[in-house]
Amino acid sequence: MSGLEAFVLTVMAAATPLLLAATGELVVERAGVLNLGVEGMMAAGAVVAFAVALGTGSAALGALAGALAGVLVVLPFVFLTQVLAANQVASGLALALFGLGVAGLFGEGYVGQPGVRLEKLHVPALSDIPFIGPVLFGQDVLVYVSFVMTAAVGWFLFRTRWGLMLRAVGVNHHAAHALGHPVRLVRTLAILFGGAMAGLAGAYLSVSYTPQWVEDMTAGRGWIALALVVFATWRPVRVLAGAYLFGAVWIMGLHAQAAGYGLPPQLLSALPYLATIVALVVISRNRALTLANTPAMIGQPFVPER
Amino acid sequence: MKHDMKLALAAVLGIGVLAAGVADSAAQAEEKLKVGFIYVGPIGDHGWSYQHDQGRLAIEKALGEKVQTSYLEKVPEGADAERALERLARSGHKLIFATSFGYMDSVIKVAKRYPDVKFEHATGYKRAKNVSIYSARFYEGRYIIGKIAAKMSKKGMAGYIASFPIPEVVRGINSFMLGAQSVNPDFKIKVVWVNSWYDPGKEADAAKVLIAQGADILTQHTDSAAPMQVAQEKGILAFGQASDMIKFGPKAQLTAVIDDWAPYYVQRAKDVLDGKWQSQDTWGGLASGMVKMAPYTNMPDDVKKMAQETEEAIRSGKLHPFTGPIYDQDGKLRAKEGEALSDKVLLGMNWYVKGIDDKLPK
Repeated sequence: MSGLEAFVLTVMAAATPLLLAATGELVVERAGVLNLGVEGMMAAGAVVAFAVALGTGSAALGALAGALAGVLVVLPFVFLTQVLAANQVASGLALALFGLGVAGLFGEGYVGQPGVRLEKLHVPALSDIPFIGPVLFGQDVLVYVSFVMTAAVGWFLFRTRWGLMLRAVGVNHHAAHALGHPVRLVRTLAILFGGAMAGLAGAYLSVSYTPQWVEDMTAGRGWIALALVVFATWRPVRVLAGAYLFGAVWIMGLHAQAAGYGLPPQLLSALPYLATIVALVVISRNRALTLANTPAMIGQPFVPER
Repeated sequence: MKHDMKLALAAVLGIGVLAAGVADSAAQAEEKLKVGFIYVGPIGDHGWSYQHDQGRLAIEKALGEKVQTSYLEKVPEGADAERALERLARSGHKLIFATSFGYMDSVIKVAKRYPDVKFEHATGYKRAKNVSIYSARFYEGRYIIGKIAAKMSKKGMAGYIASFPIPEVVRGINSFMLGAQSVNPDFKIKVVWVNSWYDPGKEADAAKVLIAQGADILTQHTDSAAPMQVAQEKGILAFGQASDMIKFGPKAQLTAVIDDWAPYYVQRAKDVLDGKWQSQDTWGGLASGMVKMAPYTNMPDDVKKMAQETEEAIRSGKLHPFTGPIYDQDGKLRAKEGEALSDKVLLGMNWYVKGIDDKLPK
């Protein structure tokens, strides 16, 4: 295995959970909802995926179950923010803590058990090509899912009527409501989608990245995914680029350290957030760009007028 | 949030236990010694906090009806720790174990306010009349695995996944290197700092990077079994950390340096019950059983024999891992021929021994 190949494969592994979670959150935020609970949904997805994979012996079933767990755990958030029109920041933070806690409780019996690893694709002949083989044809299914979902979300948001409606709800919910669009239904579906994607991201951690369950194994990736959405100014392709940039910076830092350059590790951990701040500064200088992509209704509860 | 829930649960269970005790004998229930613990990580980390919790369970098992234990997990170092300690002290806990370095100042502060409560602080260096400190000489185990690494590595290079550049971790790296150099003077170590005690994903990334850079044997001073899994997957060798990780690397694990707090915890709880508790400074190693080695596996018999002999020599006091001559990276002599570094130097160690190609982050 060449050094470059190892590098690319490690970057892909590090970027995939970020990409999955951030793509889901992007749709949620485009619909005008801020869900800060990504970390909690990921934890729920991770533990359920691990348990189901171990129980059935199928990591793929586990991943599906993880997505479902993300949907289930986000239901209270839907109820709070869409039915009761509660504060989204507070509800989202509660979801983050709730998800982590529930996952820890549920997973207590699974600590210290090796899990089932999601198998990597093997296409005869193709997978054996040096470099291109393992990178393009030798990944596990969730890596491909992350790409397909990014493309699908981009297509959905900007090429379909439904996507237009979702964005309209996020830009001005009163206008969308006046036009007869079901604001709360659209938002509910978006939140559920976000839950499924975060659950899938968590599942990637516990059945592919590091096939084991330990509490807090999400280790802040949900928060990085949130930063990533802002960094990407709510554009799917930029989320993809951002996830791989964050992953590449991190892995390059590790390489530099192993090579003995003596980089401060604290700086490495801070880099994704620093990059987000820089991106925010840059985009806020360009008013038109900011206005064009920011969902103006983000974080604001919608109560239909009667 | 979660600890609140667990404490509430513990309280409810505690009431249940107390109620049962009342039926038995009211006086006995009152005499029960309440022992509290605070952990920096979740007890489900299968590493550092998990091992401390095993110690708590050992107290319950050994002293049964005479004690009642409770714990708070995921307590951040800093102001939260002070609150957690205060809460345990106020709710009648007479013996409290604070199990992370960063709790040090909080322990000293709270201990002043509760002079009749006994505190035990792990890995720190500040004592008081009612504050004992204790730690384990993990470096003894790391010297052994360094020797094994030098014997088993084909490329003569180990990858070391480190957490934070504090003396405890630096001491471990140095001890590992000295062990390795005693077998192969040209042995190389690559060090990666992940800036976390516990992040399975990052630890796995670091492991992959180290392998890509040529290490064919891994060791870690972080708490998850993720690097062991990577080693198993890539078909190389590794050492477990804090607890036996053989399940994660049946073909990869050579041995593991295990923390065993149970005997110490049980003894200290007994001391309080017998009224014999005194403030003391304990730094236990292989000799006292606070550090244990997991079974030696995946190695030929001669290496196993060498490991066992080294372990025995350290246990009996015949061998001190930090025996001179020891030079640091700049070539300065730190320990003369035949002289061992003092505990004071070991506790404040912030320099690398000669031969390590890494710059120590400050």
